[in-house]
Amino acid sequence: MEWLSRNLPYLLAGISVGGQYALIAIGYTMVYGILRLINFAHGDIFMVAGLMMVYLSASLPIYVSIPLVIVLTVLIGFTVERVAYKPLRSAPRMSVMISAIGVSYLLQNLALYITGGLAQQYPAIPWISDQITVFGASTKRVTVITPFLTIILVVLLVALIKNTKIGMAMRAASKDFETSQLMGIKINSVISMTFIIGSFLAAIGSLLFFSNYTGVTPTIGTMPGLKAFVAAVFGGIGSIPGAVIGAFIIGICENLVMMANQYVSIDISNFKDAFAFLLLIIILFFKPTGLFGEKQTDKV
Amino acid sequence: MKKKVISALMTAALAVSMTASIVAADTVTIGVYEPASGDNGAGGKQETLGMQYAYSQQPTVEIGGVEYDVNLDIVDNESNNDKAVSAASKLVSDGSSIILGSYGSGVSIAGSQTFADGGVPAVGVTCTNPQVTLGNTHYFRICFLDPFQGTVLANFASQNFEAKKAYILTKQGDDYSAGLGHYFDQAFQALGGETKAETFPEGNSDFTSYITAAKNFEADVIMAPTSTEAAALIIEQAAAQGVEVPLLAGDTWDSNVILNAAKDKNVQIFVTTFYQEGGNAEFDQGMKDFINSDDTNLANNGGDDTVAAVTAMGYDAYYVALAALQAAGSTDPAAVNEALWTLTYDGVCGHVEFDENGDAKRDTAFVKSANTETGAWDFVTEQTISE
Amino acid sequence: MKKKKELVISLVLIAVLIGILRLMEINISPQSKWAMLMTVLKKGSIYALVAVSMNLLNGFTGLFSLGQAGFMMIGAYTYAIFTIPADQREMVYMYYNGGIVKFAIPAICGVLLAGVFAAFFAFLIGIPVLRLKSDYLAIATLGFAEIMRALFQWDTLGPLTNGSNMLRSYPTPASASVIYPFVVSGVCIAVIVLMINSTYGRAFKAIRDDEIAAEAMGINLAHHKRIAFTVSSFFAGISGALLAMFQTNVQAKSFNSAMTYEILLIVVIGGIGSVTGSVISSFLFIACSEWLLRFLDEQHVIGEFTVPLMRSGFRKVVFSIIIMVIVLFFRQGIMGTREFSISGILNKISGRSRKAQKGEPK
Repeated sequence: MEWLSRNLPYLLAGISVGGQYALIAIGYTMVYGILRLINFAHGDIFMVAGLMMVYLSASLPIYVSIPLVIVLTVLIGFTVERVAYKPLRSAPRMSVMISAIGVSYLLQNLALYITGGLAQQYPAIPWISDQITVFGASTKRVTVITPFLTIILVVLLVALIKNTKIGMAMRAASKDFETSQLMGIKINSVISMTFIIGSFLAAIGSLLFFSNYTGVTPTIGTMPGLKAFVAAVFGGIGSIPGAVIGAFIIGICENLVMMANQYVSIDISNFKDAFAFLLLIIILFFKPTGLFGEKQTDKV
Repeated sequence: MKKKVISALMTAALAVSMTASIVAADTVTIGVYEPASGDNGAGGKQETLGMQYAYSQQPTVEIGGVEYDVNLDIVDNESNNDKAVSAASKLVSDGSSIILGSYGSGVSIAGSQTFADGGVPAVGVTCTNPQVTLGNTHYFRICFLDPFQGTVLANFASQNFEAKKAYILTKQGDDYSAGLGHYFDQAFQALGGETKAETFPEGNSDFTSYITAAKNFEADVIMAPTSTEAAALIIEQAAAQGVEVPLLAGDTWDSNVILNAAKDKNVQIFVTTFYQEGGNAEFDQGMKDFINSDDTNLANNGGDDTVAAVTAMGYDAYYVALAALQAAGSTDPAAVNEALWTLTYDGVCGHVEFDENGDAKRDTAFVKSANTETGAWDFVTEQTISE
Repeated sequence: MKKKKELVISLVLIAVLIGILRLMEINISPQSKWAMLMTVLKKGSIYALVAVSMNLLNGFTGLFSLGQAGFMMIGAYTYAIFTIPADQREMVYMYYNGGIVKFAIPAICGVLLAGVFAAFFAFLIGIPVLRLKSDYLAIATLGFAEIMRALFQWDTLGPLTNGSNMLRSYPTPASASVIYPFVVSGVCIAVIVLMINSTYGRAFKAIRDDEIAAEAMGINLAHHKRIAFTVSSFFAGISGALLAMFQTNVQAKSFNSAMTYEILLIVVIGGIGSVTGSVISSFLFIACSEWLLRFLDEQHVIGEFTVPLMRSGFRKVVFSIIIMVIVLFFRQGIMGTREFSISGILNKISGRSRKAQKGEPK
């Protein structure tokens, strides 16, 4: 029992962070599944969502600004795809990825310019940001609701992809991009839909993330974005359940490093971030396409 | 065709950037080497504000009988040791006679060699790491040092809270943070205390596991000398996890960012610092008016008119630079460098005089605590290490 | 005969270039407003080397690696650790009692050692990661760079790496003179070009164009990939050592993924698969980001009119917009896959003059 009360906060934090990574990771994995593109700007969309919340909530009530932030984030995700990726559809994959890096650069620098480089304080959202006590450990309510909300959203998303027409189109496009076009699927609207879903989940993720960790800086999206991407690759990029499971594993493991740190004499706390990558490399060594990834076959 | 457009644009940019730095004849350039973005952006901006206020008070200086206009040349070093070198060369190439800054020891050390190669002296304002002035003759500083500050904090912890166990949280790759944490650790252990030190990586925003570690260690105090950005997160999450032990930190935490983060929360925060608001009523009032006079200034100060210690130090630094120029009787950087060794100046933060390393001789630090109800600093004590 | 002529012209041009650089160095004092040009030339030549080394992997072999910053870091640290003069070590390693390395080797040996260490690490890392394909390889190499960064900042390794604190006070010839980085980078890039034009280079290109076909032709995939990866990292290590000299201090935290992205941008802007493109775009990139656009960060007042938008940070916004424009509208980069060569220019000139002699219409 004493062991539990000592270590429960680590597990709680791990599951909660894992849920936030999962929401971002879905955006990566869906886009990759269809376009074979590592959307480096996704982490920055997440940051922009946080920043918009800071500015909007300063002048609007919370219940207006939350939906508005979600709508605007979706709009930004959609626009980024149309402006920066769509014109490069026929270009080599490397160009599209560079375009993604360029967008990421641009969003960060715009944020830097607008905020003047100062960290912005995220507003406290009633109920979500309230203080609660779980098994004697004090924490914010958002920590506890994050994993549940994540799982609900993922179940909804999977249902959408399984049962709706657009979902079927998405599956077709990710199976075979060109053939699906030949079959009459409007590939552009499928891709836009992917970005809309990805940005929507990133906006929710940013609400949860920043309610927990309340400082928004221009580069804050980089690390969660990178880790979410690692999670997506870990689970087998292109697979939604894989990304979610990968995200939870990575979230929990980085906190396990901290938990282990109390019992060892050498300080290993600085490997908190690196551990995710180590885990990834180990899994890729045994399964080169990730946990649930489809085996790649080379076509001649 | 495309290439022609690009080259035309490049030429235009070149031409504009060349003309931009043309200055009048009787002008002396004081370089301001401060971060305006990155981790230390908030502190750097507050420090620069002090210099700008001083500059608005006295934009000219008499050197060797000639009245010179001061050109305050502010360049952003981005809190980044990698970009800092270019920022430093920019200041040298702008013909600075003396350079002020930086907030944050890392960039000061990083730019040091560039200043030395350019033959320009630099006066550190609030960079407290010993390495800044060690082993060179061109870097000076007007603040106290981390071995001193760390000892002050360790003494304070053991005297006021009878602390036996301290948890030390520092930021990886931050010379200031690592240095101050190290000196606190040494001093605290010398007093018979027990410590546990952990580091967090750059860009980290989840501090819950670190705070859990501090609780599990049963720390009596948490020492967290970090940048204000991380500090705001640490305070927020410590409060959320119901941490009741005092949080200690050095001069970086003396900022309204901390006050805002701590407001209406159940946390105790103690910091050591250079200046206590109220120390000089005239300066405080003038500074507040200056901050309130302009929206940009207000934003740079974090949205209110609390006078940070680094602002007061920035103010002093500007006058130290003027005094050095006057004493040198010339705008030649080498002469200014020579004059700094024997310079004395009495500023709002106290007496400035440099020792053989180029460090200011200071033996007192103010300890302040954050009042979570009023959102202001309360004066706690003046601490020296001889006690 | 023609080859010989080209060689002579190249050598003359190189001598002229060095002469011009030397003249500039003598005449431009650090206080002059042109001093930033020297900074750009120094840093540009260093980035040119790492960009070409990345191009060797990404452009010529088709191995998508994002580990460049990590190998630069290994190089920079190796150089710094082994060249800090013994009497300075007490000061640099002040939290670790002077560290465990108690000797210093000459700067140029340090540079070589930097390359060797980076190559050695690359060889080891290559064993597990080179089995991976495309994006999986990219993320694995990026991951390794991050792991190395954490390792170098580890307090327990402090006596060797100084923990997360800065390493400094080592000899910095590349910072003192612009010729040093030019010569070192130039020689290294020449070696890379020779390699690209050898049978190895042709095998690399075959792998890039079609792995399966290349294998069918009898090219040993694993062997060639490993060579490309190791050689590329060797030169990344050397450029890391040069960067350490240029910055006059080394700290692991600056060698992050953003640095790798920056190098990748340089490669793409220059043209994937063009060595001269990488070199040209390095200088342009550094010049724009460090020097030419700086005026955008300052407020300008023309008469009564204050130019809007210009304040700290605007430079970077403009810069990233320029990058986006290049990426979207100049897809091939500056050079595409073409090379800028003296013989090409000679041919053009002689072709033109011949045309002119014959009096053909243009």
